[in-house]
Amino acid sequence: MSTGPILYDVAGPEEKRRERLISWVLGVVVLLGAGALIWRLAANGVFDDRWRILIEAPPNFAGYEVQHIWMAIFRGLGSTLLAAVISLPLALLLAVALVSLRTSPFAVVRGAVAVAVEVFRALPVVLVMLFGVLVLPGASPLMAVVFGLVLYNGAVFAEILRAGIAALPKGQTEAAQSLGMGSFLTYRDIQLPQAVRMMLPSLIAQGVVLVKDSSLGYIVGYAELLRQVSRVTDALTNAAYLLPLLAVGAAVYIALNIALSRLAVWVQRRSARTRRTVAATPLAPIVED
Amino acid sequence: MDHLFEQRSAIWDAFLTTLSLAGISGLLALVLGTVLAGMRVSPFLPLRIIATGYTEFLRNTPLTIVFFFYVFVTPSMGFSFSYKVAAVIALTCYTAAFVAEAVRSGINSVAPGQAEAARSLGMSFGQNLGLVVLPQAFRTAIPPLISVFIALVKNTSVAGAFSVLELFALSKRLTNAYSADVITILIGIALCYLVICIPLGRVAAALERKAVFGR
Repeated sequence: MSTGPILYDVAGPEEKRRERLISWVLGVVVLLGAGALIWRLAANGVFDDRWRILIEAPPNFAGYEVQHIWMAIFRGLGSTLLAAVISLPLALLLAVALVSLRTSPFAVVRGAVAVAVEVFRALPVVLVMLFGVLVLPGASPLMAVVFGLVLYNGAVFAEILRAGIAALPKGQTEAAQSLGMGSFLTYRDIQLPQAVRMMLPSLIAQGVVLVKDSSLGYIVGYAELLRQVSRVTDALTNAAYLLPLLAVGAAVYIALNIALSRLAVWVQRRSARTRRTVAATPLAPIVED
Repeated sequence: MDHLFEQRSAIWDAFLTTLSLAGISGLLALVLGTVLAGMRVSPFLPLRIIATGYTEFLRNTPLTIVFFFYVFVTPSMGFSFSYKVAAVIALTCYTAAFVAEAVRSGINSVAPGQAEAARSLGMSFGQNLGLVVLPQAFRTAIPPLISVFIALVKNTSVAGAFSVLELFALSKRLTNAYSADVITILIGIALCYLVICIPLGRVAAALERKAVFGR
């Protein structure tokens, strides 16, 4: 975009004074609102000694130490992220395989892939996870979670790659064919590498969605973060501890996802700098969550 | 198969619950998200900070945590909502962040000359945004907004895990009751979601093609 704001003029001295005044007034109003909310919450006891649970375990539970609490949080986070770490490469592999089937000479195969991609993109991930729990023989909750994440995100990744290939300049494919490369070879050596580079920001953004969706394991009985947190509060028989424990877990999720999003923006900038010649049009990121 | 047919009225009710959850939260999120997008491009720093903070925070939090907060944590903070209200609040808060991003990208896609022309006519920020930029921004924002709405329809399934009897909760209940028919039941429920999501996706794609040619 251009330099400076577009929607309003860069203010002159008098307007600037007025604008600063309004900003100050708004700022004070916001602070007052936040203060009232905090005061109200404090009256409800939100800032009482429940936060001490992060430093020491309540005294009336013999043998329950603070490290048990932190271990539960990190075990929960660990299993959530484990599901994400297993699913991510599998989903990418599935997507590459699905898109490669689109080069098949048989219309039936191409049609089946198109239908499968469309169907799995339109289903809620939890429903696919539930399918995994109930239908896969001997599936552990982890397997069900991975099953859901891989099928759904594999379909979305496949759609992203397909869009990337469709956006390549036509000459790339024509040149490959004029060299005598078949459609699979063209896909593997010409289209896929360029599509991956072009769509990298979208792929990373969808990776963030995958990490967030790993928390859906809670619903199908996988012992992830939320499950562990509620176990701790059950053991301590006090629901008030949910807030501090959840705050820690949410903070880790948010930090991780913001880092991933920053990575996506950085990759986008870098590729915009170096690849201006080939990429015909910048594509809006396809993200579905 | 018979069980699926027997339970058709329960499925229909759950289908309507899913639709109403998505519809109500979608409308509320559209309003909240548009306000947030407007705040993000406004000349006032406090508003920009709040809108940016809200969007970044909610976009990076898993929906399950948002639900968990509104259903289980708020009672310990002295507030409590019925399950359905909590579901609508959670879905609205979460979806509004994505709506704000879609509208903001729409605002960015309006040709700068439009806003400049409005400014040169002496329009204030509010007039400029409301009369000139937003109406054009919504035209380009409609396909991404439909995608956000599709995601919302799918996300209502999380409400099923927090005591709202919609399609996903019903599928859990039915598969428990008729364990021999698990696959047909799940396929039946899946069809309900497909009936909503696939046509919407088609509409979004068609509108997107039209918008590309329209420029």
